[in-house]
Amino acid sequence: MAKLDSRIPPGPLAEKWRRHKAEIKLVNPANKRKYEVIVVGAGLAGSSAAATLGELGYKVRCFVFHDSPRRAHSIAAQGGINAAKNYQNDGDSVYRLFYDTVKGGDYRSREANVHRLAEVSVNIIDQCAAQGVPFAREYGGLLANRSFGGAQVSRTFYARGQTGQQLLLGAYSALSRTVGQGLVQLHAQEEMCDLVVIGGQAKGIITRNLVTGKVSRWAADAVILATGGYGNVFNLSTYARGSNATAIWRAYKRGACFANPCYTQIHPTCIPVSGDYQSKLTLMSESLRNDGRIWVPKRKEDCKKDPATIAEEDRDYYLERIYPSFGNLAPRDISSRAAKRVCDEGRGVGDSGLGVYLDFSDAIKRLGEDTVRERYGNLFDIYHEITNENAYRTPMRIYPAVHYTMGGLWVDYNLMSNLPGLFVLGEANFSDHGANRLGASALMQGLADGYFVVPYTVGDYLASQKPGSRPSTDAPEFKQAEDNVTSIITRLLGAKGTHPVSHFHKRLGHIMWQYCGMARTREGLETALKEIPKLREEFWATVKVPGSADTLNQSLEVAGRVADFLELGELMCRDALTREESCGCHFREEYQHPDGECKRDDANFAHVAAWEYQGAGTDPLRNVEPLVYEAIKMSMRNYK
Amino acid sequence: MSLIGNLFCSTVGRKFLMAVTGLILVGFVIGHLVGNLQIFGHPDSINGYAQFLHSLGPLLWITRIGLLIAAVIHIWAAIALTRTNAQARGAQHYGVNRWIRAPFASRYMRLTGFVVLAFLAYHLAQFTLGYASSATFKGHLPEYTMASDFHIFGFPAVEKGHAVDDVYSMVFYGFQNPIISIFYILAVGLLTVHLLHGFQSVFHSFGWYSASWAPALRAVTIIFCIGFFFGNAAMPAAILSGWLKPAQGTNVAAQPRTALNQSP
Amino acid sequence: MVAGVSKNNISVTLRVWRQAGPGKPGGFVDYPAKNVNSNMSILELLDVVNDELTLKGEEPIAFAHDCREGICGTCSLMIDGKPHGPNQGVASCQTYMRSFEDGAVIVIEPFRAAPFPIVKDLVSDRSAFDRIQQAGGFITVRTGAAPDANSIPVPKADAELAMDAAACIGCGACVAACKNRSAVLFVAAKVSHLGLMPQGQPERDSRVLAMVNTADELGFGSCTNQGECSAACPKLISHDFIVRLNRDYLSASFRSAFCAHAAGSHAD
Ligand SMILES: Cc1cc2nc3c(=O)[nH]c(=O)nc-3n(C[C@H](O)[C@H](O)[C@H](O)COP(=O)(O)OP(=O)(O)OC[C@H]3O[C@@H](n4cnc5c(N)ncnc54)[C@H](O)[C@@H]3O)c2cc1C
Ligand code: HEM
Ligand code: FES
Repeated sequence: MAKLDSRIPPGPLAEKWRRHKAEIKLVNPANKRKYEVIVVGAGLAGSSAAATLGELGYKVRCFVFHDSPRRAHSIAAQGGINAAKNYQNDGDSVYRLFYDTVKGGDYRSREANVHRLAEVSVNIIDQCAAQGVPFAREYGGLLANRSFGGAQVSRTFYARGQTGQQLLLGAYSALSRTVGQGLVQLHAQEEMCDLVVIGGQAKGIITRNLVTGKVSRWAADAVILATGGYGNVFNLSTYARGSNATAIWRAYKRGACFANPCYTQIHPTCIPVSGDYQSKLTLMSESLRNDGRIWVPKRKEDCKKDPATIAEEDRDYYLERIYPSFGNLAPRDISSRAAKRVCDEGRGVGDSGLGVYLDFSDAIKRLGEDTVRERYGNLFDIYHEITNENAYRTPMRIYPAVHYTMGGLWVDYNLMSNLPGLFVLGEANFSDHGANRLGASALMQGLADGYFVVPYTVGDYLASQKPGSRPSTDAPEFKQAEDNVTSIITRLLGAKGTHPVSHFHKRLGHIMWQYCGMARTREGLETALKEIPKLREEFWATVKVPGSADTLNQSLEVAGRVADFLELGELMCRDALTREESCGCHFREEYQHPDGECKRDDANFAHVAAWEYQGAGTDPLRNVEPLVYEAIKMSMRNYK
Repeated sequence: MSLIGNLFCSTVGRKFLMAVTGLILVGFVIGHLVGNLQIFGHPDSINGYAQFLHSLGPLLWITRIGLLIAAVIHIWAAIALTRTNAQARGAQHYGVNRWIRAPFASRYMRLTGFVVLAFLAYHLAQFTLGYASSATFKGHLPEYTMASDFHIFGFPAVEKGHAVDDVYSMVFYGFQNPIISIFYILAVGLLTVHLLHGFQSVFHSFGWYSASWAPALRAVTIIFCIGFFFGNAAMPAAILSGWLKPAQGTNVAAQPRTALNQSP
Repeated sequence: MVAGVSKNNISVTLRVWRQAGPGKPGGFVDYPAKNVNSNMSILELLDVVNDELTLKGEEPIAFAHDCREGICGTCSLMIDGKPHGPNQGVASCQTYMRSFEDGAVIVIEPFRAAPFPIVKDLVSDRSAFDRIQQAGGFITVRTGAAPDANSIPVPKADAELAMDAAACIGCGACVAACKNRSAVLFVAAKVSHLGLMPQGQPERDSRVLAMVNTADELGFGSCTNQGECSAACPKLISHDFIVRLNRDYLSASFRSAFCAHAAGSHAD
């Protein structure tokens, strides 16, 4: 059984990080270049970490499966990034951001980590502004803010509707600088396929070059995974098509614990599905909820009518009605479920009946079309491109879609997994968002981890490793891991199948959405736990992967990722089944208050469930890390 | 890299050189046009003007050499960049080639440039060096006697009674030849097309362009190009059509081209 | 009018460039596609064609894609001679089949340029852009060394203009569309974004010199001010940024020659 020591430093909450930094071990500058650190991933978390570690003097290698670090999925984030700057003088503070995040996560996150996140949030904005990130400004030239779901202060910094892009380009520019200076070696289109563990410590990785197919071994003194979220288990999601779980999943199979896999966030404002050919769901930034009003017709009969013909009194602005103080800005999980509920009642709009209106006519009246265009123009454009509809004239139709995974590899306060030497950052870890992430907090967390946390804590770990003690890639563990990778490839190419990979991915997606989506039941999860292994068997028996292993072979890439999703999906359902409560995004229909809100069970489930792999065919082990709240009193989330 | 290195070796620097030299050449063709338009005036004007230019001596040579250098740099940069661009395109071309919005004139800069170059060579040979149609070359014609004083900006330049080259007649003889005239008009047309893009392009290459006055620049360019074309085309057109009659006291008035052609 | 979208299905022929690998010979192959939902994106159509090819035992068409919402800059199809297809201001992944006529033959090629060698079929290698960025596309700031963000006010108009430039998604359509395969719009977008911010001033000269010279070394062509790049740009990055780049490059060059400690010390 894995030892889960969260290594939370002692002392008062607000002092922990400062003290920890002061007491942490340092690496002698002359020794730094003797340590080699592998960073897998160059999204916000990975590129900020690689750039900073390179700058500090470590020998850094950065691997991405993309053709350039700038393509990481962080690029797609639209709405903004939170920071407790209180530039708006509206009463924000580190404590308030910390509190909102813990509360938003429905008291299922680790208090000390969240507090640190709120503390360093202010440094992130400084860092990014200094890098030239073109944040939105007020007329005086100072930074502008907007408000975002789950908060009553305006603390979200943004760059039009392209905040993720601009932050990533900032981190990418820092990374590019260190690559240009030779401090970081960049390995693009090189996919991590396995983790090498020697003597219980992470000491290297195995990669496959996606262009040449070459499988290589890389040794290091520490390995950092910043490979993003795994929401593509659902097939249709707001993730980029390439986002995958392979790196963390294969690390899991090498002994790293996977925490809270079932916590997946369903984003309330996405463009509804329009046909089965669809490959991706597009998010309409949540910031739209600042000025847009969400409604459905009061009567089922009105659903197919032109919305303009539905009288004001026949509209149900259900979020404003049920949650008067937060209204359209209620947290994501609450908004999503509310949408599902009204659609289940038969009041959904659009051809499929799976949609609600997001209406800007009031905002246009109040602010004028120009202001609305200035704030949301690019989102309206995206909407128009996809649906061919003009949202300035007719309300948008939105529906929830899978958007973020709060679960991930288990890490301690230092962001190190239970495998010493393996660090996990960004969306790939589990630590900061509990059972639900607030809007504009993922970007914050990715950059906090990469710029301000891991550069210290990796040093602390490396200081305990003898310089030059890095194993050679000839070690048997490397060979074993490489053989594992090649055998997976051979098996995939060897299956003389009848179905393309997409067939299985779609079917897995259906199972997951149906049974492990917005609302879950014991019965449904048990069904899923029967269906997924069957589907997996079918996959290995009948998948058809054309081409060879020694060229660019996109079918092979996808097949490997879907193979991992087919295992991870099962773990998610298992986690959802064993968490017999509702919390945040994990909504078990059996556990709800009469008004449909989550019914947490703090007595039995105020803990992190960290799953430990026990080998193929054996049930994984469920370890728990209790969550202790010192500064905050757990209470029922109330956004009314 | 040094300044010279940046200007002569980088793509942006070479375009800057093209723009500078292009502008010098534009200055020249404008001056040239203004000078030539004097054909519509008294023969004293154009002949006096030509005499004045010749009297500049070393200054004229410095200008000529300057223009030559400008032309050489302009053409060198055009060729060098064209080669870079061809290399950048690589060996495999697109199956479908189309333009999205490049202005018409911009698509044929090399073509128009080289035709202009060919014409320029001929033009110099004809009117400056006298290799082509040597019988009517100014150096081979009897001299012209100034009928009055010639002033430039109010300053006396050539005195009355002075015997000078009869450029007036040379131009007249030249343009009475339909082939020369038509080639001239054609070349001037192509040069105008060249400038239609080139003139605006200068502002881009210098970094002086802005969307706020782009329409104004466009208008100026078009007006300039129209003026330039019709100004230049007017001379051969007027002479060839016979609308402009040779002035008295010149060789061409005394001995019309037809007669000249008959006399060996 | 609940959903004003057409549900018309069309039939088209995809004429796709197939090439087994770098430097290998390539050619066009026709793939008829019947009954295509016009609300499908062209990438989704390629997905469908690829699944059919897979089942027939043929190699699927390799094409680059990721976010499928026009922001990552991965997708890169030359469609009927125009990067990203017939519409203005969208990436290939946002090109929907409703943009094509029933019965159309749609020619799909990779982005071509000598500095963008073909990897396979419709995929070209655009890592040259990363190299340009590494040469100078950054503001040097050590992690943790930044002053308070509001200590550097940026005039709103400058910030907006910088954002216009920074919207570049690095897809390479500008290069693909340019008859000279110039990377100048890409470089101009980077240089303008950073050069418009006060933070970017200290390295303004060295940045522009390094980035332009690197693009030249990588074998991109020169600008002939024709504007094909911005017409093809999925973010419609303005051609005016190229003018700004030229100005910056020339003034940096002259300053480096005539001012004693010029390179990198200018601020205006
Ligand atoms: C549409 C959308 C909008 C969003 N908007 C917001 C928002 O407004 N505010 C907010 O705070 N958050 C937002 N988020 C969430 C946020 O963008 C992400 O959680 C965050 O960017 C993740 O960053 P990351 O660095 O952890 O991972 P990513 O950016 O996903 O990067 C993953 C990296 O890992 C690499 N990689 C992955 N697997 C491998 C492998 N096996 N081998 C090698 N390399 C690998 C990839 O190449 C990539 O470089 C949004 C998310 C989506 C989907
Ligand atoms: C009297 C003669 C000429 C004049 C007045 C002239 C003028 C100009 C001007 C003003 C420009 C714009 C410079 C810039 O890009 O900023 C230009 C560009 C150019 N010229 Fe000329 N030019 C002349 C002759 C030639 C000749 C002989 C050639 C042929 C080799 C030539 C080829 C070009 C080319 C290729 C360009 C670049 C066009 C572009 O980049 O868009 N020009 N010219
Ligand atoms: S796939 Fe990301 S821009 Fe098209």
